[in-house]
Amino acid sequence: MNIINIEHIAKVYQVGMEQVHALRDVSLKIDRNEYVAIMGPSGSGKSTLMNMLGCLDTPTSGIYDFKGVSVSEMTDNELARIRNKEIGFVFQTFNLLARSDAVHNVELPLIYAGIPSAERKERARQALIDVGLGDRMHHKPNELSGGQRQRVAIARALVTKPAIILADEPTGNLDSKTGEEIMALFHEIHKKGNTIILVTHEEYIAEHAMRILRLKDGLIEKDEVVERRFIPNQH
Amino acid sequence: MSNILLELREGLSIAWRAIKANKIRAILTMLGIFIGVTAVVLMSTAIKGIDNSLQQGVSSLGSDVLYIDKWAWFSNEEWWRMRNRRNIEIDDYTRFKDLAKLPLAIAPVSNSMQTIKYGDRKVESVLLSGSNADYVKTTNFDFSAGRFYSEIEANGSRNVAVIGSEISSKLFPRGDALDKIIKIGPVNYKVVGVIAEQGSTLLGAFNPDNQVFVPLGTVFKNFSSRRMRSITINVRAASPEMLEATKDEAEGIMRKIRGLVHNEPNDFSINQQEGLTSFLDSITIVIKIAGLFITGLSLFVGAVGIMNIMFVSVRERTREIGLRKAIGAKRRTILTQFLLESSVICLIGGLIGLIAAILLSFMLNQFFPTSVQYDVVILAIVISLLTGIVSGLAPAYTAAKLDPVDALRYE
Repeated sequence: MNIINIEHIAKVYQVGMEQVHALRDVSLKIDRNEYVAIMGPSGSGKSTLMNMLGCLDTPTSGIYDFKGVSVSEMTDNELARIRNKEIGFVFQTFNLLARSDAVHNVELPLIYAGIPSAERKERARQALIDVGLGDRMHHKPNELSGGQRQRVAIARALVTKPAIILADEPTGNLDSKTGEEIMALFHEIHKKGNTIILVTHEEYIAEHAMRILRLKDGLIEKDEVVERRFIPNQH
Repeated sequence: MSNILLELREGLSIAWRAIKANKIRAILTMLGIFIGVTAVVLMSTAIKGIDNSLQQGVSSLGSDVLYIDKWAWFSNEEWWRMRNRRNIEIDDYTRFKDLAKLPLAIAPVSNSMQTIKYGDRKVESVLLSGSNADYVKTTNFDFSAGRFYSEIEANGSRNVAVIGSEISSKLFPRGDALDKIIKIGPVNYKVVGVIAEQGSTLLGAFNPDNQVFVPLGTVFKNFSSRRMRSITINVRAASPEMLEATKDEAEGIMRKIRGLVHNEPNDFSINQQEGLTSFLDSITIVIKIAGLFITGLSLFVGAVGIMNIMFVSVRERTREIGLRKAIGAKRRTILTQFLLESSVICLIGGLIGLIAAILLSFMLNQFFPTSVQYDVVILAIVISLLTGIVSGLAPAYTAAKLDPVDALRYE
């Protein structure tokens, strides 16, 4: 079954007197364990599409089914619950809580899920070990390198075992070597059976994905499968 | 339910982290609430103190005593009308005493202001009351030394004096007043008794602690001629319940003595404690309203300070709020988080204010009977919490309704 099923969605913003058509007519299906890159120049609507996919925003028109449930008409609280349980966000600027250590940052979504403290701590530790930060549990963001910060953010995205991981320019603030390391981590996460949606404007980053969606002027210009340099294990 | 508790606990820990991260700012904000709560607690304590000492002061007048006087204590009557009344004479007292059946005790009193001296020490503007031996029966006096003057001393107009505790401690710091010869004006009097402290500080010169009592005859002899000054007749009812009946009887007798016909108005007044109480109430209500208004204002200023800081805090943490919403915080969660933050700030400020107020009231207690009561403690805590919630509401609501997309993009 498709995790994401989008049919003819459009998003119109009212900016002053003007109507901006950020998305015009987008239809899209994303299956379990896919690794999709969304590309496009700025103003193409890729940020809007990502917000939509991440349930941060609802479409003006069209259908968005997430795991068979319509998201279009959800209330704020229902959207919050979907984001909490089903979606793991990774941001360009990491968005870690500066005053909290790695474990606390990672356990944050579990707090909102209402999971008791002991279990939260255990799961957060495990997620940090999974991203290779077993020895950095109690470091605060300013004591970590950029790559390590992004790993903390990835651990935070993984800790709730979400249906999709949504990464918005995850290497945008990193040097290319660290960026490659992060992409290798995504590759590993994907191999473990996770569904990843990656938003980027860098061709070489997008090439890590199995499928590339190219957006232009609020429409999907191209939807192509990447020729594999390696074959990921199928689960 | 357990979910809400968990959320509250997490909210508290988040709030606590936020406060710790901005210690100076939090302390400055707390200062506003600290001052407000200190003021409120001190003011309500002071008001209670005033109430108590008024009550005490008034009660030394006796709730069962009537004061028949030329002057009304509280009246709408023109003062010159009262001035033109005939004086109440000692003869009026004599006839009244013969006719009255209900009172427990009746005493004539003539008051004047005198300077009292002993050696180098002196007290000025002392209320000197001349009366007879029955006077003590119209009061609840206890004696810390000696006794009231006797009937023989009173009838013989002997120069003997009974002094209040304040007068005693001013003239005789070592407490050896008994049998000493004091000077009232130019005349020597022997101290035969010292009245135990009555503690009615607010009555001023009318507080028995500041008074001197001598036989009436000596007042006429030494200080004023019989005709010059109107006397007061103090009438004590058998019990507070009998007060009204005693008053009615007294009015009838006085009208008869004064020869008033049925449509003539009274040319005397029957005063009682009740009039004083309601007069004092009307003063204290003004003090209370003014006091509460001023302290309320300082609390309001504190609340505005908190609101201001909370708005800054929300603005500063816009991205953090965006992130929290993105990873699943509901509006309610964010609202609770900021409300808890402002409440914790207010509660800490309020508790420190409460402690300060309790310490201050111990110091004030030296001058003026105050004590912080449980209800004031509860009031202070409720007020600080309420201030926190009210002043945090608008900023917290602003935070809760932030759009996560915009908030994440906020620079």
